[in-house]
Amino acid sequence: MKIRIKFSKTGTMKFIGHLDIMRYFQKVMRRSEVDIAYSEGFSPHQKMSFAAPLGVGLTSIGEYFDIEVHSTDSSAEMIRRMNETMADGMEVLSYVRLPEDSKNAMSLVAAADYEVTFRKDRQPLPDICQRFSEFCGQPCIEILKKTKKSEQLVDIKPLILESGCSEHHEEHPVIYMKLSAGSVNNLKPELVIQAFYTFIGSEFEPFAIEVKRLELYGESEGKLIPLEKFGTIIE
Amino acid sequence: MNQLALSDEILLSIEKPARYIGNEVNMVRKDLKDIDIRFAMCFPDVYEIGMSHLGIQILYDMFNKREDVYCERVYSPWTDLDRIMRKEQIPLFALESQDPVKEFDFLGITIQYEMCYTNILQILDLSQIPLKSCDRDESCPIVIGGGPCAYNPEPLAPFFDIFYMGEGETVYFELLDKYKEWKKAGGTRKEFLELAANIEGLYVPAFYDVTYKEDGTIASFLPNNPNAKETIKKQLVLDMGHTFYPEKPLVPFIKVTQDRVVLEIQRGCIRGCRFCQAGSVYKPVRERSLEFLKDMAYKMLKNTGHEEISLSSLSSSDYSRLEELVNFLIEEFKGKGVNISLPSLRIDAFSLDVMSKVQDIRKSSLTFAPEAGSQRLRNVINKGLTEEVILNGAKLAFDGGWNRVKLYFMLGLPTETVEDMEGIALLSEKIAELYYQIPKEERNGKVQIVASTSFFVPKPFTPFQWASMNTKEEFLNKAKIVNTKMKEMLNKKSLKYNWHEADVTVLEGLLARGDRRVADIILSAYESGCIYDAWSETFDNHKWQQAIQETGIDPDFYTTRERSMEEILPWDFIDIGVTKDFLKREWQRAKEEAVTPNCRMQCAGCGAMKFGGGVCFENKN
Repeated sequence: MKIRIKFSKTGTMKFIGHLDIMRYFQKVMRRSEVDIAYSEGFSPHQKMSFAAPLGVGLTSIGEYFDIEVHSTDSSAEMIRRMNETMADGMEVLSYVRLPEDSKNAMSLVAAADYEVTFRKDRQPLPDICQRFSEFCGQPCIEILKKTKKSEQLVDIKPLILESGCSEHHEEHPVIYMKLSAGSVNNLKPELVIQAFYTFIGSEFEPFAIEVKRLELYGESEGKLIPLEKFGTIIE
Repeated sequence: MNQLALSDEILLSIEKPARYIGNEVNMVRKDLKDIDIRFAMCFPDVYEIGMSHLGIQILYDMFNKREDVYCERVYSPWTDLDRIMRKEQIPLFALESQDPVKEFDFLGITIQYEMCYTNILQILDLSQIPLKSCDRDESCPIVIGGGPCAYNPEPLAPFFDIFYMGEGETVYFELLDKYKEWKKAGGTRKEFLELAANIEGLYVPAFYDVTYKEDGTIASFLPNNPNAKETIKKQLVLDMGHTFYPEKPLVPFIKVTQDRVVLEIQRGCIRGCRFCQAGSVYKPVRERSLEFLKDMAYKMLKNTGHEEISLSSLSSSDYSRLEELVNFLIEEFKGKGVNISLPSLRIDAFSLDVMSKVQDIRKSSLTFAPEAGSQRLRNVINKGLTEEVILNGAKLAFDGGWNRVKLYFMLGLPTETVEDMEGIALLSEKIAELYYQIPKEERNGKVQIVASTSFFVPKPFTPFQWASMNTKEEFLNKAKIVNTKMKEMLNKKSLKYNWHEADVTVLEGLLARGDRRVADIILSAYESGCIYDAWSETFDNHKWQQAIQETGIDPDFYTTRERSMEEILPWDFIDIGVTKDFLKREWQRAKEEAVTPNCRMQCAGCGAMKFGGGVCFENKN
């Protein structure tokens, strides 16, 4: 039986890297007695695969991984059990059963939503939203992409699927963007912001911004659908 | 959610920020409103090492069982953060509350190995606590040390207010009760230390004066305060079934050295290896009951979610119900994806059978610790292992499909000759030859034998505490002799030989048997920038040698000098149960190459029986 789990990683958990989060959930499976399937062989490992690694320093309320189980209780009960032994800042948000023929989360990922805010006193301009909208309105947004061998200009504009900015509180603008994600066309939000800094003629400081991932999407019949919607809640 | 002591900017610019944020599963959280005593428990090395230590987990659990105490953890900041904290004057903090250590009532430091001594000064310094006890006032935490190196506390004497001799489970609560009374009454720091000095097992170094003879040896070691006892008695737990054990150990986010459930099956050792300090200071051996261990295994695996469980003791093969315990673990947990890791068991039919069940034979290797290359020298050190036993074990293992063997030896043992050294190569060769006696078609590829030598450091409270230690040149020369002999062997292509650096060993020897005067060297080394001396990447021998020179102390006095039996040794004031007379007898027997039977074979009258428990009373009513 295939299960998809959605979780959030907030607060101080942003300092824990992807590999350690994988180890963390392996232990969660044991603590909460999830009847997870193991691979064969001398050192069996849990059948578990994560959708998209989240960089150190980023928070998220839309992380996913898939597991295979032999049996399960209801979604509500499994969520309760897992959250009983969670570290502060980690929370299981949903637990759904996937159709047997569904693709795994990693290969499904097509897009991700991000929210970017500026740290206190680190906002580069007063009228961020105005300038960000001008930035996104450009016909193309070229950045210099460095590979091991060469450098080349790449237009990231087609990978910015949606963007916006709100200024509910004057001092705290929130930039929102939906970016291509996954193995084919992955665009990191930091790259967009870096390009934005270049656009406004400021030097980019990585510590000036805080990035939060909000959701991961898969594509189905030409539409982007949150990964959890590929499965159904177990009553 | 806690406010962290370090900014995001700092945390994202250093290696492994997870070392400094706490918040691990099973971390204890308490409301400071309900707390009378704040205890910072420190392992003075990097997080991954400190978090792997069972003793700290036991004490963390024990202290936090008390409602009026909040025990938090402190580890050494790695060198990257160390630099930042010094530059920005950020005080060292405890992981749980992220509050500065200097605000705590106690700073407890476990002292597990000599090469962490400069890290202790780093901890004090970064905490903004004066390095020396005499410079601290009532606003400073009480700095208390414990652990195996506390059995010769003298080189660290000026830096600690109190040393705790022995196992932490016994008198800490008494100390905490006294502290509460004292705090309520509003006494001086000295008054509190006097209260502490009255508790069995606690040593307040400031309450003793040491005088020296012209030749540098100790003339007298006497209390200068009426509350200080002449001898300090080692503390030890007698009932291992009804004592503290962490049912919910902390689960670190990052990989640590000991990333598994650890079951301490017994404490102490029945064997009397004459080089081994642990064997002496933890006597008598005390076993935990099978029922206790089974129950703990369930609870700890459930509460941590660890995928591995390991047994811990000085010599697991001597645990009287090992077979039942191991079979239980395999039957109960193997099918649930839990690995069972067995520490170096004696190689015999039973252990090989068990190992074949829990490990992949192709990937695992056999470990023998003959410690010395010849039977003669093995008799000197009282290591019961004979060549016959090793070869029989290896034969069984080769028949079972193993083809990798690790051998551990020491160089520089008392009475060692060239023959003993060359014996290391000869024994390795014999094991290789044994393998090639197996018909080719039944062999599992080539055999690989790795022999490693460490250099011997005489330790306090062992029969070798009087012995001369080798110089660096002698050590390296000995390694060369072994290496040359290895290359002469017929099967040299199957043999590999590793040896240690000698610089660290010599310093370890200096610190291990040092007296109070050695403290100046540690301080001077620290002030010139030495920390993390146990790490080869940070160890700086040049700075240490400079520090030694600056103090004008002759290190040979502490290392190469053979002590006379009459000499007052810096640690003589500690009563570990095992008597000095017994150690003298054993030193004599060592010179006579006489073997002393282990505790279960025949009582050797070491003196530990006076504790009234453990192996000394097995099968007696």
